Amino acid sequence: MGGITLEEMSDEYFDVLKELGNIGAGNATTALSQMMQCKVDMSVPQVKLMEFKELGEMMGGEEIIMAGIYLAIEGDVAGSIMFLLEKQAARHLVNKLMGTSVEGEEFSEMEFSALKEVGNIITAAYLNSLASLTNLKLHPSVPDLTVDMAGAILSVPAIEFGTLGDKMLLIQTQFFDEMVLDGYFILVPNLDSYSKILSALGLV
Amino acid sequence: MGNVIKVGMADLNVCVSPDSITTLGLGSCVGIALRDPVTKIGGLAHVMLPDSTIIRNNTNIPKFADTGIEELVKRVVARGANRTRLVAKIAGGAQMFAFQTKNDMVRVGERNVEATKKKLAQLRIPVIAQDTGKNYGRTVIFYPETGDFVIRAVGKPESVI
Repeated sequence: MGGITLEEMSDEYFDVLKELGNIGAGNATTALSQMMQCKVDMSVPQVKLMEFKELGEMMGGEEIIMAGIYLAIEGDVAGSIMFLLEKQAARHLVNKLMGTSVEGEEFSEMEFSALKEVGNIITAAYLNSLASLTNLKLHPSVPDLTVDMAGAILSVPAIEFGTLGDKMLLIQTQFFDEMVLDGYFILVPNLDSYSKILSALGLV
Repeated sequence: MGNVIKVGMADLNVCVSPDSITTLGLGSCVGIALRDPVTKIGGLAHVMLPDSTIIRNNTNIPKFADTGIEELVKRVVARGANRTRLVAKIAGGAQMFAFQTKNDMVRVGERNVEATKKKLAQLRIPVIAQDTGKNYGRTVIFYPETGDFVIRAVGKPESVI
């Protein structure tokens, strides 16, 4: 199988990925809502194919501090997935989850660990929906979390996309409870994986 | 004070004193600043991957350490810098996440730094200062006037190398 690069992907395939993003984010929202025991809504995710240079700006600047959860995927599709959340939104989630109202800049070890769990649940929900739709086996690795500049966090998936082309596929989802939480999913399949996903859906 | 020129990811540019040049949020990527101390002409590249020769889709010159550095040298020399006087300062090449165990992506930050040094050595450009590796992102600002390479990181004091 030749593998489809992002640049040569047709609108039809792009729509499929968009829909997968939509369903995945929907599942993630449900998981988030259960975990926080409150109603969480989400907007229709936006799927964008972006040049590396534009990435930081779209998130509000390369130096915006974000929490990034990153895990590897193995199984029928190999690659990795990242979930990014703006720091204030991460703070809000942690407070809500732990019943605290801390406003500080730093996360304690306990809070860090809670945040990692949030990211784990969100990405697992996302991957589960992808796995059940495509009937492919997807095994996520143990996640790792870092809180740092958006540009620095994004360099990791960008480098992986960079081995294939000059653009990156980004799924932006807004979650709402009392405040708007901007979240971003970045799915980085390896070269054959897009074809595998599309053919599992009967499209190739 | 001059203008601040911005360099994006997989991008490079030339900078002449009194202007300065910056790239924001370097993670596993490497920032390479070149300078001719006499003419005070410099430049900055933000490279993402070590080696263009092992990748099929490799037309994006500033994306790779090997082709990016060559291009940056060409550009600063074209702007009036003396090739033999050039010196380099480098930063970045962090490992942002602990696991990153996927075979070809292992230690990409470290490999970016290695490839950068190798290319600079090949071109006989000395690396006079560096702040690389570790596990955090860096913003860098380079001043061709003084040669100062200012490094900012989250929760750390600003440093100048």
